[in-house]
Amino acid sequence: MDDFNYHEPRTLAEAAVVLHAARNGVYIAGGMSLIPALKHRRVRPSDLIDLRLIDGLAGIRREADTLVIGAMTKHADVAGLDIVRNSIPDLARLVGEMADPSVRNRATLGGSIAHADPASDYPPALLALEAIIVTDTRRIAAAEFFTGPFTTGLRKGEIITAVNFPIPDNAAYVKFANVASRYAIVGVFVARRAGKVCVAVTGAKPCVFRFGEMERALENSFTPDAIKAIVMSAQGLTADIHGTPEYRAHLIGVMAQRAVASAAAKPRPA
Amino acid sequence: MARVSIKVNGKDEACEIKPRTLLVEFLRDHLGLTGTHVGCDTTQCGCCIVLIDGKAVNSCTMLAVQANGADVTTIEGLADGGKLHPMQAAFREHHALQCGFCTPGFIMSALELVAKKKNPTEADIRYGLLGNMCRCTGYENIIKAVKAGAEAMARVG
Ligand SMILES: Cc1cc2nc3c(=O)[nH]c(=O)nc-3n(C[C@H](O)[C@H](O)[C@H](O)COP(=O)(O)OP(=O)(O)OC[C@H]3O[C@@H](n4cnc5c(N)ncnc54)[C@H](O)[C@@H]3O)c2cc1C
Ligand code: FES
Ligand code: FES
Repeated sequence: MDDFNYHEPRTLAEAAVVLHAARNGVYIAGGMSLIPALKHRRVRPSDLIDLRLIDGLAGIRREADTLVIGAMTKHADVAGLDIVRNSIPDLARLVGEMADPSVRNRATLGGSIAHADPASDYPPALLALEAIIVTDTRRIAAAEFFTGPFTTGLRKGEIITAVNFPIPDNAAYVKFANVASRYAIVGVFVARRAGKVCVAVTGAKPCVFRFGEMERALENSFTPDAIKAIVMSAQGLTADIHGTPEYRAHLIGVMAQRAVASAAAKPRPA
Repeated sequence: MARVSIKVNGKDEACEIKPRTLLVEFLRDHLGLTGTHVGCDTTQCGCCIVLIDGKAVNSCTMLAVQANGADVTTIEGLADGGKLHPMQAAFREHHALQCGFCTPGFIMSALELVAKKKNPTEADIRYGLLGNMCRCTGYENIIKAVKAGAEAMARVG
């Protein structure tokens, strides 16, 4: 790892000033993705700016029909706290199946979505729930946020402060996980709110995406049978040591049907 | 250089370090606490797990500066003089180690697990130890040891 200067700003404004003044400033949250990148010298910051002492970035609250999760909230809290289980149970379950306990004790929501790994589990939840990403300067719809592998719509120096998750009527996430890392080989998040259905897929392409054909079929009939005949084309799907594009296309159908069955059986908690 | 002040096993340690120093390097190289091991250096094996403010974390994937002001417990902080901690004693009793390289990490993970749930089921234990790997034992005796360790801890109070 190269040397860098380390900063612990107390406010968002101070953090942004330090970042813009640095030759190559990088924010650090849990460090669970960034520190491995520093070790490999894939990222070589002149200045590392730690967000951990900034007030108000961690914590979860419910505002009417929205669950607001602070960017520095650790995976362990999203997975473990009743406030999440009682409003979007499958979000808690999704996060509880990410990585392992010691990673979940450090990794954060903001770091996860800023990192935007194409096999990551949070992005399909944000996309299917039509979440809003709140930053120090603006609000970004999830559909505009995830733009490619490890790339997002964040501007230089912009800091994610929270994510607003509208609470759905039904939701479920089912993934076929890599047994070693537990990242998704394919994961499908299905959500229904006020009759509108969103189906978001992770792990299968360089960027998380929505599967419109399934959404329309599910709006007519929210049952696994309604999407049985819908097969994703293998064209453009990821090929790697975990699976061929054809295998992933098949998994998308299977995971989506399981997610619909699970979501239909679990209406929104009172 | 950066100044850190970290409480390690109850003792305040204040040092000037390079910001790039990993927590595990701080523990092993600066403080000589070599019970915390580095198996993979890539957040996979759990050999480097220590408790920070009671939570199990991988010290190979944390900078020491990120632990500034925190309370760290390593395997060296568990025994009471010559008397093993009940979880350590359970690992010995149940043959939960062969080479022992993974043991400190397993024990630290087990302690967070038991702090969250006094009487963990086998399923709780397997879920709680997902981040720890052992290349010797085949895990069965580790699961038994954690169960017995949890029971012993409940008896001690
Ligand atoms: C062994 C292991 C297994 C894993 N398994 C899974 C898995 O199964 N599923 C899964 O989805 N993920 C998994 N992860 C990834 C984990 O969720 C990551 O650690 C997470 O993606 C990054 O979060 P972090 O808080 O550690 O971010 P960091 O590593 O601190 O930062 C990551 C990036 O985000 C930027 N950043 C951080 N916070 C902000 C912010 N508030 N505003 C703007 N930019 C910010 C940083 O500058 C950096 O570029 C795994 C990681 C490990 C180590
Ligand atoms: S050495 Fe840290 S997880 Fe393996
Ligand atoms: S006892 Fe040898 S690795 Fe676990």
